[in-house]
Amino acid sequence: MNDAILNIKNLKVWYNTYRGYAKVVDGVNFHVGTGEKVGLVGESGCGKTTTMKSVLRVIDSSINHIPEGEILYRDKDILKMNYNDLQQIRKKSISMISQAPSAALNPVFTVGEQLLDVIRYSEQYNKKSGKKDLMDMAVSAIKDVMISDPERILKSYPHQLSGGMKQRICIAMSLVTPRELLIADEPGTALDVTIQDQIHRLLRALVEEKGRSLIMITHSLGVARELVDRIYVMYAGNIVEVAKTKDLFSKPLHPYTKGLMECVPRLSGGGVTTGIYGYIPNYINPAPGCRFCPRCPDAMDICSKEKPQTIEISDGHKVACFKYTNS
Amino acid sequence: MLRFLLKRIFLGIFVIIGISMLIFILSRIVPGDPARMALGPRAPEFAVEELRKEMYLDKPLHEQYLFWVRDVLKGDFGKSINSKRPVIEDVKQFLPATLELALFSGFIMVIASLLLGIIAASFRDSWVDSAIRIFSYTGIAIPAFVVAVLLLLVFGYLWPVLPVLDRLSSGVIPPSRITGMYIIDSILTGNFKTALDAAYHLLLPALALAIGPLFQEARILRSSLTDNMGKEYISVATGYGLPKRALMGKYLLKPSAIPVITVMGLDFASLMGNAFLVEKVFNWPGLSRYGINAMLNKDLNSISAVIIIIGVIFLVANILVDIIMAYLDPRIRLGGKE
Amino acid sequence: MMIKTNDIEPKAKHGFLKESTKNNLRIYKYNFSKNKLSILGLIIVLICIGFALFAPYITPYPQHAKEFVDFNNASQAPSLKHLFGTDVFGRDIFTRVIYSFQGALIMAIIVLGISVPFGVFLGLLAGYYNGSWIEVLIMRLTDVFLALPPLILALSIASVLKPNLTSSMIAVTLMWWPWYTRLVFGMANTIRKEYFVKIAELIGASRLHILFREILPSCLSPILTKMALDVGWVILIGASLSFVGLGEQPPNPAFGQMVADGSKYMPDLWWMTIFPALGIAFIILGFNFLGDGIRDMFDRGRQ
Repeated sequence: MNDAILNIKNLKVWYNTYRGYAKVVDGVNFHVGTGEKVGLVGESGCGKTTTMKSVLRVIDSSINHIPEGEILYRDKDILKMNYNDLQQIRKKSISMISQAPSAALNPVFTVGEQLLDVIRYSEQYNKKSGKKDLMDMAVSAIKDVMISDPERILKSYPHQLSGGMKQRICIAMSLVTPRELLIADEPGTALDVTIQDQIHRLLRALVEEKGRSLIMITHSLGVARELVDRIYVMYAGNIVEVAKTKDLFSKPLHPYTKGLMECVPRLSGGGVTTGIYGYIPNYINPAPGCRFCPRCPDAMDICSKEKPQTIEISDGHKVACFKYTNS
Repeated sequence: MLRFLLKRIFLGIFVIIGISMLIFILSRIVPGDPARMALGPRAPEFAVEELRKEMYLDKPLHEQYLFWVRDVLKGDFGKSINSKRPVIEDVKQFLPATLELALFSGFIMVIASLLLGIIAASFRDSWVDSAIRIFSYTGIAIPAFVVAVLLLLVFGYLWPVLPVLDRLSSGVIPPSRITGMYIIDSILTGNFKTALDAAYHLLLPALALAIGPLFQEARILRSSLTDNMGKEYISVATGYGLPKRALMGKYLLKPSAIPVITVMGLDFASLMGNAFLVEKVFNWPGLSRYGINAMLNKDLNSISAVIIIIGVIFLVANILVDIIMAYLDPRIRLGGKE
Repeated sequence: MMIKTNDIEPKAKHGFLKESTKNNLRIYKYNFSKNKLSILGLIIVLICIGFALFAPYITPYPQHAKEFVDFNNASQAPSLKHLFGTDVFGRDIFTRVIYSFQGALIMAIIVLGISVPFGVFLGLLAGYYNGSWIEVLIMRLTDVFLALPPLILALSIASVLKPNLTSSMIAVTLMWWPWYTRLVFGMANTIRKEYFVKIAELIGASRLHILFREILPSCLSPILTKMALDVGWVILIGASLSFVGLGEQPPNPAFGQMVADGSKYMPDLWWMTIFPALGIAFIILGFNFLGDGIRDMFDRGRQ
């Protein structure tokens, strides 16, 4: 295993609502190595985006509160960094692709202007050659994402472009200057399936070509399977299982993971999916014990009383579930 | 863009024609004989008859209208009953004062509301924010003439630091007339002291006009800024490490300013129309005060002239605002997808 | 046998459905009372209405609101005998201010009562017949009216009439209806494409029925919201007109008129101006708060 460039330790993020704190992210442990592609899989609302947004500290501090946890980027804690260091991280080390490309782009500026701004403020271009260098970088980034006629697109406004186009531009923005880590939040969710597929392949190719690390957030295990080497499964603010992709699929341990797998439609074998029964839990007053307990088909007595610790079952394959505590 | 502009102008011309018809009809439904009223009750009958012919009053209404339009386009609004001279002369004398007042007021309004809006958003939920909010409520509620009267009370008598009457202090000679607007003319002729004096005299009336709309706009800007602060494109830009300067000044301000500019534009355009409220209180020798006197005296030619001129200015201002809006918001300017 | 279209067509999206009207009312009450300012506004408005209705009974000198002179008591500063002082004719300012509320409210009621139905009706027609000569005629007329600054338009209409309260009401009514026509036009134009309207047309419902029973209910909330917010404006324009001298004539009192008269005697007889000014600010503020509350009440997005 390569040494981790990003290491999240016991991160907790609470939302400040008027009815109390919603404990959305409840002690997450997560790491990514150099050049590694990692997936974060879970259903909507389980806290994936919140966790990743905390890495860049772009969550709204008036609503979100981080009571505990460390986010180490190469052994420096992002959460405790001063503003200047944080800006360095944002400009040179980590970038994030947002879930909704339409919302991610400022509607009153051209796409090109926004792309140029990313380059301009990244301190990663040669100031002496100035404007030409900027434009060259921008154009080559657009070409990388398979957009023909880059000059015309750069002059367009977001509302003039299709969803797929916007998504590619967001990808271009995240890759235009060299960074070590790219966080992709459900890229392609807002688009139809064929385009989604293109986007995924594109992303993977670019990341591999440039040797970056990737965190891929998705709600689909199928997508994760195609794209990443290691998968974290998240439920209701907790990581319930993590393993290398092939290990996870050959031997899923956590009941939630098994449930998710059954949701992935199989081309062969047939049968309609059964789905997972129940709803996501109440974050403000969570019941003690494992958060999956109410929906778990294998729930035991202890599950509703105590939270399971994370245990390593085999190389790199960890799970947080009482079923495996005694083995 | 050009098409948009042309469409607006075309519509504007159409509207002006409509207004002119409206004004004309209004002026003709007044009971009483305009010719008689012009000459007075003691004028001999044949003189009134003469004038009637001259004023085309014996012709059918639509012909009267066409004659009137022809004259207006030549700049001839007829004679004023009060001043006994061509209305156009009266207009030339009084229009610049009102124009100057409206422009200065607009200037104060725009700058102050932008500043206050940004301050309110930066210090969200602080006492500054609440104060601005309260002032915005009262600003709409209190009519400009009440504000004018209060300002008169405060600065005229309680704390006389600002002048309350006339356009210039006594003893100061008005600058040679280029536009008729004292500040501009003074600067153009190099007479900065006079310019300053004129500005002082403008301050209170302009403030009275601007205060109501000003706080309301500040409030709208504040809401717009706070709404957009939470938008995804701001957090994305933050995530890319854009400095606060660029974030706030560029990425946040421009989209937030757009809803405000609409209101600002409407308010600005209305300043000319509302000027009369303030002109009366400060005895400002402007077009609106002239118009009010004309209305009270049923001086039809003057009334029509004032309304048409203010109407045209209002229209032009609206079109300008639309143009600025289209320039700022690309969604209006260009539509649709590739 | 008449087919009741209500039974057949699918329910309108925003209309007042009978079953859930009670539910709606509950939501409205909750939304409204959330904001303390709205409640304050309601109280202020009720006070103003009280002043207007009971003016003869609550004022110490009701005869001062008509022709009256008493030069012995003229130009008195506020005292226990005359809460707001007296004017140059010896009339009690307090009484006259309270009586002014009558004019303001009458103006609001009459102006809105006439201009809104008229404007809404024209808007419905224009919206429904969009594209036809009816729409062109109505909307161009509306454009012309709306192209002028509102105050100027009111002034110009008032200026050709005899200066009194009735004339100012006519003037404001005549310039007010286009705002509603424009408002309703946009909505009616969109709604007429909805299915329930199409079905009503197919069934053969009369045009009037379509306009009033199908399209109108969906437009009601914005109309009512605008009406609530407009009351303040109408009163303001009314005061501006009387300030200039084109409204209620002396000896009947009106806010703007009193401010105009009083301003001649500033600052010595300050009470002649300040109290009417406060009066007008009071009533407009009250209606503005109330209007905001009503707007919030209908604004389901806020929930």
